[in-house]
Amino acid sequence: MFDLVSFIPRAVMQGIPLLFGSTGEILTEKSGNLNLGIPGVMYVGGICGVIGAFFYEQAVPAAEMNAVLAIGVPLLCSLLGSLLMGLVYSVLTISLRANQNVTGLALTTFGVGVGNFFGGSLIKLTGSEVPSIALSATSAYFSKSLPFAGGLGWFGQVFLSYGFLAYLAVLIAIAASYVIKRTRVGLHLRAVGESPATADAAGISVTKYKYLATCIGSMIAGLGGLYYVMDYACGVWSNNAFGDRGWLAIALVIFTIWRPNVSILASILFGGFYILYLYIPSGLDLSVKELYKMIPYVVTLVVLIIVSMRKKREDQPPASLGLPYFREER
Amino acid sequence: MTALETAKNAIRMEHITKRFGNVVANHDINLELHKGEILSLLGENGSGKTTLMNMLSGIYYADEGQIYVNDQPVTISSPKDAFDLGIGMIHQHFKLVDVLTAAENIVLGLKDEGKLDLKKAEQTITEICQRYGFEIDLNRKIYEMSVSQKQTVEIVKVLYRGAEILILDEPTAVLTPQETDKLFAVMRNMKADGKSLIIITHKLHEVLEVSDRVAVLRKGEYIGDVHTCDASQQSLTDMMVGRAVTLNIDRPQPVNVAPRLEVKGLTVYDELGVKRLSDVTFTANAGEILGIAGIAGSGQRELLEAISGLYPIASGSVRFHDPEGKNGPEGRELVGLDPMAIRKCGVSMAFVPEDRLGMGLVGSMGMTGNMMLRSWRSGRGVFLNRKEPEALANRIWKELEVVTPSTAFPVRRMSGGNVQKVLVGREIAQDPAVLMTAYAVRGLDINTSYTIYNLLTEEKMKGVAVVYVGEDLDVLLELCDRILVLCGGQVSGIVDGRTADKREVGTLMTRVGGGSADE
Repeated sequence: MFDLVSFIPRAVMQGIPLLFGSTGEILTEKSGNLNLGIPGVMYVGGICGVIGAFFYEQAVPAAEMNAVLAIGVPLLCSLLGSLLMGLVYSVLTISLRANQNVTGLALTTFGVGVGNFFGGSLIKLTGSEVPSIALSATSAYFSKSLPFAGGLGWFGQVFLSYGFLAYLAVLIAIAASYVIKRTRVGLHLRAVGESPATADAAGISVTKYKYLATCIGSMIAGLGGLYYVMDYACGVWSNNAFGDRGWLAIALVIFTIWRPNVSILASILFGGFYILYLYIPSGLDLSVKELYKMIPYVVTLVVLIIVSMRKKREDQPPASLGLPYFREER
Repeated sequence: MTALETAKNAIRMEHITKRFGNVVANHDINLELHKGEILSLLGENGSGKTTLMNMLSGIYYADEGQIYVNDQPVTISSPKDAFDLGIGMIHQHFKLVDVLTAAENIVLGLKDEGKLDLKKAEQTITEICQRYGFEIDLNRKIYEMSVSQKQTVEIVKVLYRGAEILILDEPTAVLTPQETDKLFAVMRNMKADGKSLIIITHKLHEVLEVSDRVAVLRKGEYIGDVHTCDASQQSLTDMMVGRAVTLNIDRPQPVNVAPRLEVKGLTVYDELGVKRLSDVTFTANAGEILGIAGIAGSGQRELLEAISGLYPIASGSVRFHDPEGKNGPEGRELVGLDPMAIRKCGVSMAFVPEDRLGMGLVGSMGMTGNMMLRSWRSGRGVFLNRKEPEALANRIWKELEVVTPSTAFPVRRMSGGNVQKVLVGREIAQDPAVLMTAYAVRGLDINTSYTIYNLLTEEKMKGVAVVYVGEDLDVLLELCDRILVLCGGQVSGIVDGRTADKREVGTLMTRVGGGSADE
């Protein structure tokens, strides 16, 4: 029997990093920047949180830890780290007009490297036997759910069993959707991504919007890395553990047709696909399990095919996605 | 406010110079726009009209000189500065976001207080429309609109921002005569309301019709200005080109007329299943120029593409009669052949789309490279033969007076007219049996246009069947031997170019309702 009540929370927990990543990337892409550095940004967001938490845990004995600082320090470090990545991308592609794809891919390689390098260094510092670093005290603060959630049966388990970052992800996605669709800032942002020359002629600062969207997008995506380490992985950092979730987040952007609110459900769906192999009885045959692990990627491929067949103009990517903008160029 | 009221000049530009690299686009220009007048800015292609205006709208920044608005010295370093000074420009390529609605486009970029309130904005917009006589559906997406509707949105957008000075860059280039009349009526309403307008145009009769004063630029220099009442087509042309240009297009009687291309019952559908051509039947004769008239989007592009094998044909036939009669009296059926085979028959097409580079040229290549796009198959082995294309590029460069530093200079960076010369020149050089051109003179100055007309006539006298899709009825009537009129994808008539008059063709252009193509 398929255990839905235990499956859904796990799917959600898998989905939240994807939701952060895709929301951040959607904001970025709406400004016309195709940031393929998002997987790297999420790594950096994760490792910076880990570094912050590590030094805070080292400095203060577990019993004296302050909840606000225990959450605030890693959160701030993570945001700063991913902001820095976003800034690097912005300076290169917006100010220096470097090729967006190359810059993005380079940032991803760089971000993964940074994550693994500092991850490895911290592991060495602790001198631990296993190649990972556990920050269980900090993690406990991050994954704390509402105290009465346990008493509410399946309802509590499905809806209330998550740490605050999960709810933050949903809130950010809803807010991002609202901003993009209903506000003046969103209208301007869409105009910048569709036709920067038009936006420029209308008196909108293209550079400002691109910088802001890319940097805020990066910070949101970086939180996905933080959530993954602190909540999903219970504070355990091991190198390369985050895997290719960053790429799935980018695939989700297309899957959701650039709509963060759709991404809430889509992320959970993809999270479900990601762990489906654990729930499908396959006996002891490990090779069959490996086949099930393919599901999210196969679905992504299928979705890309379906998406590319869509003709509706509103469902197309922002028209100037991936193109640099220079006012005096003809 | 007193300065605003007493100022005589809405705009004064003094000693403006703008360079792009080594090219001087504007040299020491002095220009005045009086309050409440319509000023025509006239000049050949590449004479620097748009560049000059772009410095008023904040797209470019002048290297030297000073701009005064309402007699106050100002610095315009961004489009926003221009708005703040009440200057609004309607660009040739509309600055609209396709996936947004008209209303969203109009409020774009405004930093009003509080929340985005489209309802309130729509009210204000409707008031503006009623005041000046615009018709506009505010909730329509831009990509669903016709060119003239888009233009209306542009103008309303500028007015909504409270512009007192409007600059229109070749606004009539894409309009039908009726739409042009409407635009001029609106312009006069704006003038009556105290606004000052600058209109950039090539069409002399429009200059004479709508403006109070004409300022002329030539090769980036200011030639002078005249009151329209003192000007004539001839005097303006002289100022503009610096030498007299005959206004009559040479049209020799066709000789050895024989059917070359017989099109019967051609019907095509676009990818959305909308009928674009319906039962189109005509014959293009060798030794004749067949004009194709019609409102933009009546199926001209589809017709040419269908004949060249680039557009799927639902039904109908296209028979090609070889000049040497190789395929017998029946001719060869072109439907079903691939574009390369059709091209080998000698059917050549030069389509100049609105963005000029969209079809037929590679922007980042030079002239030589673009010549090779046609000839690379003729080379031997894996190596390219650059000699002949280079020679051809040089010939076109000289004969058509293309302004470019070298044949290797990327065509993307040439001015529009020069790009067009390269495109048309290359197609003619292929020595085709059927030469199809669309909008070959779109946006070109008079001089270049005549060069192209003469080239086409030359081809006609060589026994080529020339198909000329054009916009300017006067030219069609003077250049073509016969004129086919398309309306909503149907042939609404074929008239003799020598006897037909403008009104007759104009009527045919609107005979079938635009919507009937969707049946």
